[in-house]
Amino acid sequence: MSFRLSYRADPGNPWFSWQYVRDNSETVLAALRDHTTLTLRAVLIAALIAIPLAVVAYWFRPLTGPILALTGVLYTVPSLALFAFIAPYLGIGVATVLSVVVLYALLVIVRNAVAGLNQVPSEVREAAEGMGYGRWGRLLRVELPLALPGILTGLRLATVSTVALVTVGVVIGRGGLGQIIFAGFQNNFYKAQIMTGTLLCVLLALVLDLFLVGVGRLLTPWLRGRVG
Amino acid sequence: MNPVEQAVLWLNDPLNWTNPGGALDRLGEHVSMSAVAVLLGCLVAWPLGLWLGHTGRGGGLVVLVSNLTLAVPTLALLTILPLTFLGFGRPAVVVALAVFAVPPLLANAYTGVRQVDPQIREAARGMGMTGGQVLRRVELPLAVPYLAAGFRTAAVQVVATAALATFVNGGGLGEIIRFGFGLSIAVGGGQILAGGLLVAALAVSVELIFAWVERMVTPRPLRRVRRRAARRAADAVTGT
Repeated sequence: MSFRLSYRADPGNPWFSWQYVRDNSETVLAALRDHTTLTLRAVLIAALIAIPLAVVAYWFRPLTGPILALTGVLYTVPSLALFAFIAPYLGIGVATVLSVVVLYALLVIVRNAVAGLNQVPSEVREAAEGMGYGRWGRLLRVELPLALPGILTGLRLATVSTVALVTVGVVIGRGGLGQIIFAGFQNNFYKAQIMTGTLLCVLLALVLDLFLVGVGRLLTPWLRGRVG
Repeated sequence: MNPVEQAVLWLNDPLNWTNPGGALDRLGEHVSMSAVAVLLGCLVAWPLGLWLGHTGRGGGLVVLVSNLTLAVPTLALLTILPLTFLGFGRPAVVVALAVFAVPPLLANAYTGVRQVDPQIREAARGMGMTGGQVLRRVELPLAVPYLAAGFRTAAVQVVATAALATFVNGGGLGEIIRFGFGLSIAVGGGQILAGGLLVAALAVSVELIFAWVERMVTPRPLRRVRRRAARRAADAVTGT
């Protein structure tokens, strides 16, 4: 009588498999790199468009409604539909993925930046005016720094949701980690592959978020030590 | 022929609508899938959100839940759930969609109860109402505008997300787009664009319909003030 378990040659289909990660490290790393660069480029472009837009909305109050409404409508359009609108023109490639994720990140950044700028107390604004600051000087030296926490919140939200959104790029074959997740689904539901892609996505979102928190702390030394 | 002309051509072909697996079938799938998902989300999120709001605990939990779902890719959830006990097929897709409906429903239910004037709550207590009665007869009616706002956000979000169900062969209008991509841009460009138009039109009309419903269930005197309140509730979702 033997209690020895029979050796299973079949590796099965585990949720977590270090073996998979080791054997496919090159593919996984390439996907991760693709994902990271896509996310960073998208957030950077979105910020470069969104912050001036927010300033325009802040300076010219009547424009606030239309700008927020426009970005809001964009947000209503499903991501897959947006891919469908853009792909026939920009083709299959990075440009399409980038434009879609930039459009989504825009709203979040604009809304938070406008909220941040509007939170600047009117006494502060008047004091700055009294000290002889012009419109630009006031914006760059007083209002933007004070709105920085709001802007950073927007950037953080945009970054996290962009990481998740990039995966939809699989529809045109440029989804970064989404590629791995979807391939796992097609490879006979290979769970380890799907899980690796998912966890790396969440991890990437977490790392980028913490990075932005760190940047925020460096840029707003006057808030340090305060709670919240 | 440019993609727009192709798309118009595709949309004008009646067979593309009425064929098995045509646009009408897909529309039915899309709407029924979304409706079940939103209702499922309501069943989970509303009681929980109202209760958390009533007891005043769990604010951190609400923010955590909404932030977590923000970071998990839709695609991942759609692929992972069919591999669990739910099995491959429609139920798994519906549950995945319901997960994305929960954060706005939960956050708005919580905020809706929290924003009730404490004095009103105390008055109700003073009249001898029990905790359950306060929740049901005072806090719940006053939270209705928030619940409606959350429902609208959730519905739009689910309808938009349901387009991705096509990746796991879940059906819905997304199928039209994915088949188009399968044909390559040159051939399928029109179909891709047509599918995109259909999905976008559905999402926008759901948004408009529920915006109207939201307005209707809001008592008239509250309507003007509520615009700001809605924004605050929406901010609760995004954690700002």
